[in-house]
Amino acid sequence: MPVNSTHYLFLSLLLFSIGIMGALMRRNAIIIFMCIELMLNAVNLLLVAFSKIYGDADAQLFVFFIMVVAAAEVAVGLAIIVMMYRKVHSVDINILNRLKH
Amino acid sequence: MEIYDILFWFLSALAVSCALGVILSRNPVNSVLFLIATFFAISGHYLLMNAQFLAIVNVIVYAGAIMVLFLFVIMLMNLNADVEPQKGQLVQLAGVISGGVLFLVILAAIKTAKTESMDKTATDIGLIANLGRTLFTKYVLPFEISSVLFLSAMVGAVVIGKKEDTKPVSKEDESEMKQFL
Repeated sequence: MPVNSTHYLFLSLLLFSIGIMGALMRRNAIIIFMCIELMLNAVNLLLVAFSKIYGDADAQLFVFFIMVVAAAEVAVGLAIIVMMYRKVHSVDINILNRLKH
Repeated sequence: MEIYDILFWFLSALAVSCALGVILSRNPVNSVLFLIATFFAISGHYLLMNAQFLAIVNVIVYAGAIMVLFLFVIMLMNLNADVEPQKGQLVQLAGVISGGVLFLVILAAIKTAKTESMDKTATDIGLIANLGRTLFTKYVLPFEISSVLFLSAMVGAVVIGKKEDTKPVSKEDESEMKQFL
């Protein structure tokens, strides 16, 4: 069976749900951040697949902008994690939960 | 099976197994390395669809810059498998079930979608000249605004990461400063 849009949909959905499982399962804040990047890449893959199917370059430019936003988000997110580590010397999100008290 | 289909299945298996390695490994450094391998597999998919610019940008930006930043932060905190916190078994099972249920729900939504066949011949839209033409004519405003976004992210990261100056001025320094007034 030749590869068609359903294959790419399924692959992207699988990567996205693996990212969600990782974000819910792990307690390390850095690993959760990495699972968010995995989810973003799953969406990028699907956008590029559909840009190839419909012959539209706009989707590939949208992927480019998603990468731009992801890079900026990683910079700020890692700064927050480093600041959190400096205060409590741990990256455990259960410890961060206690900041609400 | 054509070479396209063989490469597709190989790259898909590589991407999914490395993604599973990201969420299942104990050592955070192993998770970063698995994620880099996942990004290379996804770049392989981009190359297969002739999205050349995005394949190279994916390798350079994601695997080359963002993952290196992650590695810096992990090495700075000296995280390894011993100090890695683990959630309870029940919570992990609940997380897996939630992700699985989301997977099934979206799968049920897309199973009635119209199947579009992919044209295996290479198209020209992924080449950097054509992408650049569209970027600088139709999308020039988001392009300029993204530079402002980068500036604000840079300033924000520096401000957040700055060490707080909590040391109070001592008495001798105060008297030294007062003699210059």
